[in-house]
Amino acid sequence: MNLLPVTAYHASAISCLSCHLLCRWEKMDARIPGRCPRCGARLHVRKKNSIARTWALILTALMFYLPANILPITHLSQLGTVQSDTIISGVIYFFKTGMWPIALIIFLASIFIPLLKLIILIFLLISVQRRSRWRPRDRTRLYRITEAVGRWSMVDIYVVTILVALIKLGAVAEIDAGPAAVFFAAVVVSTMLAAMSFDPRLIWDTQESHDE
Amino acid sequence: MDASPQSGVTPGRGGCLGMNNHTVIACHECDLIHRLPLVHPGHVARCSRCSAVLVRPKSNSVERTLALSLTGLILFFIANAFPFLSFSLETEVRETTLLSGVLTLYAQNERAVAGLVLLTIFLIPLVQLSGLLYIFVPLYFGKTARRTPVVFRLIRKLQPWSMMEVFMLGILVSIVKLAKMAEVVPGISLYALLALIFVLAAIAVSIDPHHLWLKWEQSQ
Repeated sequence: MNLLPVTAYHASAISCLSCHLLCRWEKMDARIPGRCPRCGARLHVRKKNSIARTWALILTALMFYLPANILPITHLSQLGTVQSDTIISGVIYFFKTGMWPIALIIFLASIFIPLLKLIILIFLLISVQRRSRWRPRDRTRLYRITEAVGRWSMVDIYVVTILVALIKLGAVAEIDAGPAAVFFAAVVVSTMLAAMSFDPRLIWDTQESHDE
Repeated sequence: MDASPQSGVTPGRGGCLGMNNHTVIACHECDLIHRLPLVHPGHVARCSRCSAVLVRPKSNSVERTLALSLTGLILFFIANAFPFLSFSLETEVRETTLLSGVLTLYAQNERAVAGLVLLTIFLIPLVQLSGLLYIFVPLYFGKTARRTPVVFRLIRKLQPWSMMEVFMLGILVSIVKLAKMAEVVPGISLYALLALIFVLAAIAVSIDPHHLWLKWEQSQ
């Protein structure tokens, strides 16, 4: 009686990540990356170079995270004076003027979520690399969270886009995007790509090799 | 409903694993093989090990998706044809459409940011909605479009990058931010945009990829 959980890997099959067709995988064939016979997507036993790619994208995001938070994201010129705002100074401003729901939204979307995503992904990568067996179900859930929340970090970019378009009143008031905008956009894109390149099946692979 | 984990699966014909008339699939998040029971519309089959959603069939999936995509495309044009916010300070009135923000950013030499905004709130939703029509109009009439696999794969790949609802939150934050500087008036396209977000969310749950791929397989 075989009580082992049977995975596609153990059944010598590849599950197509695009259409979920289970395809036979001939182990002797070294040229694995074929294409799915149904939908034509490239087949990989696991996402390609998942760990290395995810690490690279996390490091990229970390590099951009600092300038994104230190440099000003908007310049407001009003009647001859220029005021530069960073993401954090915006949050503090809203908090002080009593608009704490807005302060909270911006804090969560722009500062907390990107950092949380990076920390979770680093934790997942280290746990996979150390072949940890700790709570695979919860770790998969953590992964799902990072996949779902990442997009909300774009809020600040959209706010800047709307502000620069609306406040363009010549000498009276004008808002320009600051240098942090592009760094911040890079943080959002690279953390999203990092989450996409991580393969949650790696969490479960170590589980099975210990069972055997 | 939990799908049953399956041991001793044998490879079937045509390079695919199959057992009798049941569909055998592997969980995309933990790779465990399941033999799918017949899942009724409105129910969800989850992986018994990691609880990822395996299939979520919908009744009238094709009709729903087609109707919603058409609605979405109409709303998309309304949302883009009119300004969504206008802002008046003394005698000056500024209006902004979805694309005017992108153009202003581009003019300020923030080309990467402008490109990202253009993609996430304009190009990608447009490509997705038109792609859905390309697939689901023929499907409604019992045919399948020739490039269905490529187009559908593209639509699914682009899914995380379509960020209309995040943009909506951005609008709300901007309204609050500007409220005490001057008068901010919501335009007609703001309502179209709001409706579009709900339509896009409804599309995401009305598509039944499993059903679509079976249809495609049968047509071949």
